[in-house]
Amino acid sequence: MAAVFHPIAPRPAPARTRGPMARIRANLFADWMSTLATVAMLALAAWVLPALIEWAIVKAVFRPDANACQAARGEGACWGVIAEKWRFIIFGRYPFEQQWRPEVATVLLLGLVTVSCIRSFWKPWLGILWAAVIPAFFWLMGGGFGLSRVPTDLWGGLPLTVMLATFSIVFAFPLSILVALGRRSSLPAIRTLCVFYVELIRGVPLISVLFMASFLFPLFLPVGQSPDVLLRVLVGITLFAAAYLAETVRGGLQAIPNGQVEAARSLGLTYSQTQRKIVLPQALAIVVPGIMNSFIAIFKDTSLVTIVSLYELTGAMSLALNSDANWRPFKIEGYIFIALVYFAFCFAMSRYSLWIERRVSVGKNR
Amino acid sequence: MSQTQPIITFEKVNKWYGDDFHVLRDIDLLVTPGERIVICGPSGSGKSTLIRCVNRLEEHQEGRIIVDGTELADDVKAIETVRREVGMVFQQFNLFPHLTVLENLTLAPTWVGRMPKKEAEERAMEQLKRVRIAEQAKKFPLQLSGGQQQRVAIARALCLKPKIMLFDEPTSALDPEMIKEVLDVMVELANQGITMLCVTHEMAFAKAVANRVIFMDQGQIVEENNPHDFFDHPKNERTKDFLSKILGH
Repeated sequence: MAAVFHPIAPRPAPARTRGPMARIRANLFADWMSTLATVAMLALAAWVLPALIEWAIVKAVFRPDANACQAARGEGACWGVIAEKWRFIIFGRYPFEQQWRPEVATVLLLGLVTVSCIRSFWKPWLGILWAAVIPAFFWLMGGGFGLSRVPTDLWGGLPLTVMLATFSIVFAFPLSILVALGRRSSLPAIRTLCVFYVELIRGVPLISVLFMASFLFPLFLPVGQSPDVLLRVLVGITLFAAAYLAETVRGGLQAIPNGQVEAARSLGLTYSQTQRKIVLPQALAIVVPGIMNSFIAIFKDTSLVTIVSLYELTGAMSLALNSDANWRPFKIEGYIFIALVYFAFCFAMSRYSLWIERRVSVGKNR
Repeated sequence: MSQTQPIITFEKVNKWYGDDFHVLRDIDLLVTPGERIVICGPSGSGKSTLIRCVNRLEEHQEGRIIVDGTELADDVKAIETVRREVGMVFQQFNLFPHLTVLENLTLAPTWVGRMPKKEAEERAMEQLKRVRIAEQAKKFPLQLSGGQQQRVAIARALCLKPKIMLFDEPTSALDPEMIKEVLDVMVELANQGITMLCVTHEMAFAKAVANRVIFMDQGQIVEENNPHDFFDHPKNERTKDFLSKILGH
């Protein structure tokens, strides 16, 4: 008699031990190494935290009172400097009574960026929204049509940081895709041009690019013909960021098996259809972490425009404190404040990256 | 050969990879419409390269290739025209993993055939039914078994209603249990009169559906014949040797 195959019915995995004690043991005291690390970390915290809390909270001065701050120097933080100077730090040299304008403009721009981050909003109306918000941003910032004129060298603080980061990212990203595709092109002229561009930009520091955009470039143009310094700096950052992004994107392109291209071409898709529908969606999904890395770097690199006398967040903070002898000693507090602002933006970008990573990998794995 | 105009013509085709790997040597081949050809031969013999020349995934350096009245040269438009007439199935399936099964199928009809979405989806479902996999339309390729993926790939290639189908070792990457489901679909397709060029070592399939079997070695067509004579009375010593190796057990 032939043997009969008896399948064993599947059953759920055995229950894991739960509860806080079990979790603490598993995570903190699993073996002697882990126990040692836990004890060491606790000791470090016990050593550092009390002093930190005393400086930052217990002995800190929260009132905008320069004398009280002087008295507490060396023992307590002077958060009064933020209470006193926050408008200068956030808005830079922008005329004080007009500062509602950059405020509204920045909220509009950040709202636009936030909406654009959500994939289900990637519809034609989003383009219309961009076309509406961008002129509104520049109208609010620069004036005209009933608002008083504010020249671009007075723009500053967080609005300038957000503007520089947003526009350089928005322009650098598509440019980087073209450059990455160009580097893989079969046409030698295009390939050489793209390689030359990437290697040239990567070979110089951003500061020198900004210097050239700000001081060297106008020398080649007739007096008064040179575009606004803000525009020149924006182009400089965009070109700089695009070179780095292009290499990240190229890494993604190289990860796509040639069979994908062959399948697309065998179906009669053109080169551009193949890239847009097959190669890029997969390549970009792979390099989301690298792309977001570059975006975050761009956001923070905007702080370098201070050297060409544009006072974005970091520059505005320095300017605010340096220009007032009473508050000049409290730079640490100022830096901590802007560090928190930078952190809030960068952390949001980083969380968004993780979210989009999960979204684009849907369906690719079982 | 009959009086009908050949649908594929190879005239003294030569191809090299790099400077010194002569992969196709003086290939002459005429394929009549509706003909079903199986190409076999040892690895490296140029059989895959031969069929990849038909839709110009590979470029030949000498000779002429004419597919359905269009000569394959550097003219991009001509190449795209030919590719619409020629469907291809790959050893590794090459489905698009970021698109659902249905989207894999509607891609070419909507973008190449300029078909409205609804019509393209109807046609896609029709092809999925043909390969008996319609219930998987909403899944992603990597959620399917190898045999299912290959059947989706066949359906995708059929969506533009090609006159010619190329199969490049379609069952070589499959688990033994799944080979039959793919071959069954291919046999049905063969019975419906489409022109087929198939690189495979499935000799039972060759006997069942081929009008002609071609044996290649070192870039040349060594022998071609109807399956009966090819398997039972091979003329060339090299063919006999090859057949004894693959049928020997």
